[in-house]
Amino acid sequence: MAKYYSESHEWIELDGTTAALGISQYAADSLGDITYVEIPGPGKSVAAGDVLCTVESVKAVSDVYAPVAGTVSDGNADLEADPGALNADPENTWICKLAGVKADALNGLMDAAAYAKFIETL
Amino acid sequence: MDETLLKTPLADEHTALGARMVPFAGWYMPVQYKEGILAEHKYTREHVALFDICHMGEFTASGPGVAGALDAALARSVADQKDGVCRYNFLLNEAGGVIDDLIVYRMGSEEFFIVVNAARIAVDFETLRKRLPASVKLENLSDATAKFDLQGPDSMNVLVSLGLDPAALPKYYHWGRFKLFGLDMLISRTGYTGELGFELYFDAAHAVEVWRKLLACPGVKPAGLGARDTLRLEMGYPLYGDEMDESTTPVEAGFGALLKLDKSDRAFVGSEALRAVPPKKHLRGIVLEGRRAAHTGTPLLLDGRQVGTITSGTFAPSLGCAVAMAYLDASAEVPEDAAFDVELHRAVVKAKFAPLPFWTHGTANPKA
Repeated sequence: MAKYYSESHEWIELDGTTAALGISQYAADSLGDITYVEIPGPGKSVAAGDVLCTVESVKAVSDVYAPVAGTVSDGNADLEADPGALNADPENTWICKLAGVKADALNGLMDAAAYAKFIETL
Repeated sequence: MDETLLKTPLADEHTALGARMVPFAGWYMPVQYKEGILAEHKYTREHVALFDICHMGEFTASGPGVAGALDAALARSVADQKDGVCRYNFLLNEAGGVIDDLIVYRMGSEEFFIVVNAARIAVDFETLRKRLPASVKLENLSDATAKFDLQGPDSMNVLVSLGLDPAALPKYYHWGRFKLFGLDMLISRTGYTGELGFELYFDAAHAVEVWRKLLACPGVKPAGLGARDTLRLEMGYPLYGDEMDESTTPVEAGFGALLKLDKSDRAFVGSEALRAVPPKKHLRGIVLEGRRAAHTGTPLLLDGRQVGTITSGTFAPSLGCAVAMAYLDASAEVPEDAAFDVELHRAVVKAKFAPLPFWTHGTANPKA
């Protein structure tokens, strides 16, 4: 499954019409030690660009934006007790899953290679 | 980096260790190293960490009449302070507001060493110079003096492993002169973490060499200002600029008992105002529900009404929840079991009073 990234450093991995969503290694490293992850509740509908939830580290508070439109179908409850998992392996730790994602929603997002180039410009 | 920021002699050492550097009190300082704030915090509580605190200031005051003059210039008594003792003290303005909180070391009958906050070096020096008579020599040794904090339950073992006699090491809030790595050092058993720890003062020309040698000791790891802040907040220690400033008195900051205002008629700059004007606010410990931190300036709400303001807050790594310090308005009637509301980014959380220190297992003072 291909992974796509937003300019605000979220990633999604689309499986059919359901997308797993997380934050990039770059985002996790920039935040530092993550101490709290707001886990979006199932049923929450978002448009592309909406605030999905908040992630907090010892020194920073950051919003996570929905890179695509969809409805939250699942939240990763493990992150409640272990928010540090997002630092340990951000690229393989999803925060929530979005259902009802349209394939053309990926237009405008970056693949891994394009994202790697993008963060070099920051 | 911002070219106006000051650098300690160790800036390149920090960068080489992978530190994340940030501006702090006008200085370019490490907020954390590679392992991160949480790991550095835990390591300090359980083992031993080394902090570069060279940004802080050091003065000496000496000469005829110095004890009496400092006694009148500072909020806590200096005249009755014994040689070898460190005493936490305050430099106040006439209104009783805190110009700085500092530690006074008595070096002899007519000699003192004073450790001050980095951002207050210039104003402290100027204020003290005006308050001390010409017979007192006041010197600012800040640039020439390195200050390292070696903090954690294993800190004494490190100094002993380097050849210092454990029986000769200073007791809590005492200091002594030692030779370490062949260098003359002033070492005090003080710190800002709540753990057994020492503060080392020596010639800044040797800062890099001493830093490398201490980090080469088994078990010693560097820790940054991020962990220093979470450690001090868990102890409820005030930070100048957050909990204290020139419009805040030490009584309001919770140190009234130390000043013994009722027990003596000692006069010092600010004493008249402190005796005449009742406190407008009281510093309290607050525990928040959950892990999200409340930051400086956040209102403390009770039934929708503001009754206080958060001065600093953090996720407390040793406790697993968020803690804060806050000033409660003296005029607000707030029950001890009050359930406060604290507005965070996109959320409101409940909070309540908690006794200070939040962290009660500290190893700093064996008598506490």
